[in-house]
Amino acid sequence: MELEAIPQESHPSSFRLIATLGIAGLFSGLVLVGVYLSTLPIIEANKAKALKEAVFHVVPGCQSFQTLLFVNGKLLLEKAENSENKEKQSGEVEKIFACYDQEKVLQGFAIPGSEPGFQDLIQGIFGYQAEKKIIIGFEVLESRETPGLGDKIIKDKNFIANFTALSVVPELVPVKPGSKQKKNQVETITGATISSKAVVRLLQNSINRWRPAIEEWAKAAN
Amino acid sequence: MEESKEASRYYEEFVKGIWKENPVFIAVLGLCPALAVTNTAINSLAMATATLFVLVSSSILVSTFRRIIPKEVRITTFVIIIATFVTVADFTLQAFVPKIHKDLGAFIALIVVNCLILGRQEAFSSKNGVRLAIADAAGMGLGFGFALFCLGVIREILGNGSLFDIPLFGPNYEPWVIMILPPGGFLTLGFLLLFFNWLKAYRLQKKEKQEKVTPLHPLSIQ
Repeated sequence: MELEAIPQESHPSSFRLIATLGIAGLFSGLVLVGVYLSTLPIIEANKAKALKEAVFHVVPGCQSFQTLLFVNGKLLLEKAENSENKEKQSGEVEKIFACYDQEKVLQGFAIPGSEPGFQDLIQGIFGYQAEKKIIIGFEVLESRETPGLGDKIIKDKNFIANFTALSVVPELVPVKPGSKQKKNQVETITGATISSKAVVRLLQNSINRWRPAIEEWAKAAN
Repeated sequence: MEESKEASRYYEEFVKGIWKENPVFIAVLGLCPALAVTNTAINSLAMATATLFVLVSSSILVSTFRRIIPKEVRITTFVIIIATFVTVADFTLQAFVPKIHKDLGAFIALIVVNCLILGRQEAFSSKNGVRLAIADAAGMGLGFGFALFCLGVIREILGNGSLFDIPLFGPNYEPWVIMILPPGGFLTLGFLLLFFNWLKAYRLQKKEKQEKVTPLHPLSIQ
């Protein structure tokens, strides 16, 4: 096959070289900003939808929820003015969610958290009942764990079944699959040991961090 | 006559990438995604589609502006164009198929450094017209997709006992975990390369045999 001969200057000027790269950069910038701005609302909406669905999923019986802001070691009910002021002061305020059934009885708390996994941060959310001190549900929000291996923390039904009534007292303990004997033990996954242990750390660290504030808030609410 | 000759040239450029010059099985290019994300069939298809989009879009632009881009800055310009389309693919997947975007993780961004894409710009699109460049890019993209799909199907069936997440062998099947790990990628690719080379040699041998056996036409002996 014959290729076309492309006529070009033997030595293009510096201006032409800079102009070519400048135009390429400008084109790239315009396209990227356009695509970013047009997809951003959809991406944000996807994330918000996924979070909302996860809140209902990790606290069984949840029909509605209130957002609680973590400010100066205390939980405050989210109000528009409250949230805006606090976010301005300290960047992004951490949030958890208080979940209620149809009769507005507190069913538990949905708590987001993150922990380094095998490849990247694992971001998850779990349901917690403060009175019984048990974890009642868990879902991964975002993870880049190895497809087919580490991502079993999302798909493996036996692993997910750990989080139906998992006691957090005295603390969570990861054990090998099939060897669970106590209520505070979590069976890890063969082939995804690092990722499943990262989930246990995520839960334990979040519980350690949030438990005092949740107990204080629950007391005040009663 | 001229038209059919031109059509057959487009056809040749299109088909060569799928089979005769397959980027993975013959040219052994773009092996990073071919080994990294092919542990499930659906991930293979998603990666193949994203690569096809980037390859065709970049080829159209490079071919259109081939007479304007000075050869001194051609590689930089090609990389800017490719990176732009990769980011467009990244945002689009994140907005419209967040689950697949989650599964492919960092490998979407790594399409930028897939040598198949830069290689086609340098070897073909920068020297040929737009329609030929599209035919070449589409053929190469589909050939790349075919290779990724073959790898994905074999690795998911053996390594997970499923295809498109549908279990094939029942609960008693013990998955070959190694097949979804990196060594499984190398093993599968090795066996596929062996198979395609054997097939090529076998067909060549068969053709030679046929040529020897076929008697010459009596009129041709004078």
